[in-house]
Amino acid sequence: MTDTDAKLQPKKKGLTRRQKRTLSRGVQYAVFLAAVIAFAVTADWDRLQNQFAQADIAKQMFPDVITLALKNTVLYTVSGFVVGLVLGMVVALMRLSSVGPYRWLAGVYIEIFRGLPALLIFIFVGVAVPLAFPGTEIPGGTYGKVAIALGLVSAAYMAETIRAGIQAVPKGQMEAARSLGFSPAKAMVSIIVPQAFRIILPPLTNELVLLFKDSSLVLFLGVTLEERELSKYGRDLASTTANSTPILVAGLCYLLVTVPLSFVVRRMESKSQEAIR
Amino acid sequence: MSRPEIEVRGLHKSFGANEVLRGIDLEIGQGEVVCVIGPSGSGKSTLLRCVNLLEEPSGGQVFVGGTEVTDEDVDIDAVRRRIGMVFQQFNLFPHLSVTENLTLPQRRVLGRDKAAAARIAAENLARVGLTEKAGAYPSSLSGGQQQRVAIARALAMGPEVMLFDEPTSALDPELVGDVLAVMRGLAQEGMTMMVVTHEMTFAREVADRVVFMDGGVIVEEGRPGQVIGAPRHERTRHFLSRLLDPAMAEVEEETSDQVGKGDA
Repeated sequence: MTDTDAKLQPKKKGLTRRQKRTLSRGVQYAVFLAAVIAFAVTADWDRLQNQFAQADIAKQMFPDVITLALKNTVLYTVSGFVVGLVLGMVVALMRLSSVGPYRWLAGVYIEIFRGLPALLIFIFVGVAVPLAFPGTEIPGGTYGKVAIALGLVSAAYMAETIRAGIQAVPKGQMEAARSLGFSPAKAMVSIIVPQAFRIILPPLTNELVLLFKDSSLVLFLGVTLEERELSKYGRDLASTTANSTPILVAGLCYLLVTVPLSFVVRRMESKSQEAIR
Repeated sequence: MSRPEIEVRGLHKSFGANEVLRGIDLEIGQGEVVCVIGPSGSGKSTLLRCVNLLEEPSGGQVFVGGTEVTDEDVDIDAVRRRIGMVFQQFNLFPHLSVTENLTLPQRRVLGRDKAAAARIAAENLARVGLTEKAGAYPSSLSGGQQQRVAIARALAMGPEVMLFDEPTSALDPELVGDVLAVMRGLAQEGMTMMVVTHEMTFAREVADRVVFMDGGVIVEEGRPGQVIGAPRHERTRHFLSRLLDPAMAEVEEETSDQVGKGDA
């Protein structure tokens, strides 16, 4: 049935647009189905199950994978997000400043930290800084280092998001505030920024999802057993058990958080679309 | 009448090469209501915005209540507290309720406590007839209601002078009356008002003086009956005839405006 469809396609002239569309859709489904069947037939299911879905190994991961690994992942993400938000706010305001050197400095910061891989920043904060400044200790140990590394990276992105949000607030809002006697700083804090944050809530939440995944780079800092997050925990267990089930479980734990978050973002985006109309 | 409440001396304003105001002299006494009329692009809104320094004049001086607004060392935020401003587009704060629109500026700018700010907000909402909308958000109000809230917000700061920048131009025709009624009441209470408007009926009935601007200069000013009823200048007559009876206006070459802007 499906391969006769495929044979018919090049020869027959004079099909209507609708028929062509149906035909092309049919071919696409056929190819997809063929790929799935080919995978199902050729895959060694016993081996796969053995490697990825061993119930006893998965069972052995609980409750630590949640109470330790997921907890640490969330902790790293949130602390990095808070640092990034505060720093990003400062950089965004500098970028919009009427003072030239502030704008220039903020621009340089954004370009550098958006241009470098997050991994490099982690190595820089975790290894290079302690070596370059012996005696100085980043407060909070690993947690402090991760918060700073994630914060440095995300601040660059968030600064651009916040700047765009502030610029999206109509000019009349600042004029109204100034005409009531607000100083520029007070107007920014009381009137402009609260409106800007409503606009940028969806992209900020997206940034949170990105950070959640980037927190896996803690792997490269060398952490103690209690400081392990999902990726490190999954990998350690995978190597001790010589089995990939822990990786699968860790992955599912990420999705447990990121999928609902993405859903929330989509809801917020469609809501703000409605608000514009 | 003692010293003028608003005094403008030799005011010039250019946007790049475009000279919008070319030497304005104007005095507005305490309690006086002055309507500024003129074709679009005549500089009337720019003049108004120069009074509270939303636009920085290129030359000349502006005094409000005896304080020089154009002095570089003036505390502009302090001066602006004495000058209320109402915009064409209302510019209410959309993230705040009507009451919060009135209380937040009082608390943040004037440092009033919560109770006093709420009391003054309620008084001024009653003044514009919108007490029942106290808890509503701006987006749920009609344009006329939003503009009345904007007037109440300015009044809650206790200004000595009110500036109106085409307050009814963005409104549906049937909503204009409510806003004008509020402004009329304000004029009767003795508020000093400078109003940029196209509402000739309002200007004729409420204004003490009407100023006609064209091409960045004041062409003629005087009592409303005189300027609107019996204009002395051809440009005023031309503008008024087009405004009062737009259906009778003829298509014309862009001359009078362009000459005014192009030469000099």
